[in-house]
Amino acid sequence: MAEAVLSVAGLTKSFGALKASDAVSLDLRAGEIHALIGPNGAGKSTLIALIAGQLRQDVGTIHLDGQEITPLSVAARARRGLGRTFQVSTVALDFTALANVRLAVQARLGSSYRFLRPAAFDARLEGPAMAELERFDLARRAHVVAAALSHGERRQLELAMAFALEPRCLLLDEPMAGLGAGGVAPLTALLRTLKRRCPMLLIEHDMDAVFALADRISVLAEGRIVFQGSAEEVRASALVRELYLGADA
Amino acid sequence: MADALTLPPPRPRLLSRDALVSLAVLVALAAWPLAASALGETWYVNLASRAAILALAGVGLNLALGYGGMVSLGHAAFFGLGGYVVGISADAALAGTPLLTWPIHIEATTHLPTLWAVSLGVAALAALAIGAISLRTSGVYFIMITLAFAQMLYYFALSWPAYGGEDGLPIYVRNAFPGLDTYDPLHFFALCFAALVLALALSALTIASRFGQALQCARASETRLATLGIEPFPIRLTAFVLSGAITGLAGALYAELNGFVSPTMLGWHTSGEIIVFVLLGGVARLIGPVAGAVAFVLLETLLGGLTEHWQLGLGLVLLGVVLFQRGGLIGLIAGPRHG
Repeated sequence: MAEAVLSVAGLTKSFGALKASDAVSLDLRAGEIHALIGPNGAGKSTLIALIAGQLRQDVGTIHLDGQEITPLSVAARARRGLGRTFQVSTVALDFTALANVRLAVQARLGSSYRFLRPAAFDARLEGPAMAELERFDLARRAHVVAAALSHGERRQLELAMAFALEPRCLLLDEPMAGLGAGGVAPLTALLRTLKRRCPMLLIEHDMDAVFALADRISVLAEGRIVFQGSAEEVRASALVRELYLGADA
Repeated sequence: MADALTLPPPRPRLLSRDALVSLAVLVALAAWPLAASALGETWYVNLASRAAILALAGVGLNLALGYGGMVSLGHAAFFGLGGYVVGISADAALAGTPLLTWPIHIEATTHLPTLWAVSLGVAALAALAIGAISLRTSGVYFIMITLAFAQMLYYFALSWPAYGGEDGLPIYVRNAFPGLDTYDPLHFFALCFAALVLALALSALTIASRFGQALQCARASETRLATLGIEPFPIRLTAFVLSGAITGLAGALYAELNGFVSPTMLGWHTSGEIIVFVLLGGVARLIGPVAGAVAFVLLETLLGGLTEHWQLGLGLVLLGVVLFQRGGLIGLIAGPRHG
């Protein structure tokens, strides 16, 4: 078994009487896409927020590359190599696509307290940023402000920023949301090639995409992991069908 | 796609439209006292100095409010502290007493560059302390907390008789700048203008730098910045300190120009006026606060000559800008802001 890059143990978070996350344990191994599925309100987004550090767990630990990251801030976790994309795209809308990725490169280089030289004429930022835009088929759109990009392009930009950080692992919160049938297939193909660069924990509602991409699937319901297995095992599970797929159909 | 948007990269031009407009505003501001001086109208020269100083205060605030998204209603604190540095020093120099005897002995000085350095330092320290606490909040709480800090200083100055209390402190003798006659209105304007241009140049560099990119990302989304691995808090605090220091220097110049410093400089009304310069001229536009301050001073002079209720006119203009022209006066001339 491959070494776990990210491992979560007994993560619990309550909001009043509601247990949004109930002793969740899972791991993410090198080279895999691990999908997290479950009906609305199952606690998927809470779990991502806990792992990213946006929310504080009541109990539980998170390890990245064998080191505990539980007490660290969002930014400190990101510097350790925990990448993330958001359900609602959060690229800086008044920055060009290039400026967005350039900022990610700058963050990776750890040099945000330089005041005099213009970032726009800095080859150490520009080169890697353009290369990343190239990979995500956005090079032509490099000088367009993010607000003028299409929804799909913004999704790709967000991925380009996440990968420009050269993360150890990536949390993807519904990357297919709002893409439409025409957009899901190419992004699915793209993600399949990207898992070689880093493993991904994928939250997704599009079941075709999940089954096409996931090496393993965890099913979340009411804050608990109720089933864990391969795509085939999940497809065959009566429990999962009843809980989630059945309710969906 | 073949639309214009897909045609990168825009050729870097020596002078963008923004830069041209900025230059034009500065040239106009410099031409005004030169013309007035040639006509022997010293009062108008001093008016231009006032505009340049208020513009400088606005340039300071614009770093925090415009580029950092930090709506501070407490910048009067830094403006007033800069003013009191000059006032207290002048008071001691006139009396021939030292500024401080314990723990170290500090003589009062009339050397302007030293006084400005101290004003910058005092305002920066105050901004560090106020920012370190205020930036833990956001939105309306940030506005209220910065206001509260400035009001604390205001009431402190009001109730501290050693430094004039509510009467303020007169600065009888203008401080000296090597090589210039600070009593000559044109020379004094040149000093104010130079400070303004320097602050604008530093702002322009800062905004375009790596730091400025991170700051503007924090304005768009703190979560995004943190997700990239950059802590938003120290980025914003650094910008807040720079912002406060520049506004502090403006305060020092303002006290010098008026020959007077009083608690009014620390009051919320002053904070509000500095915000007005930024809003009127154009938020997050480099030259915006300059255009805003000049427009403010002109309105104050022209309308103020007609009626003492001139601020009603200012209010209407401001309302128009906020409702119909969000880019401010500069947005009107130079077009919308880009990336």
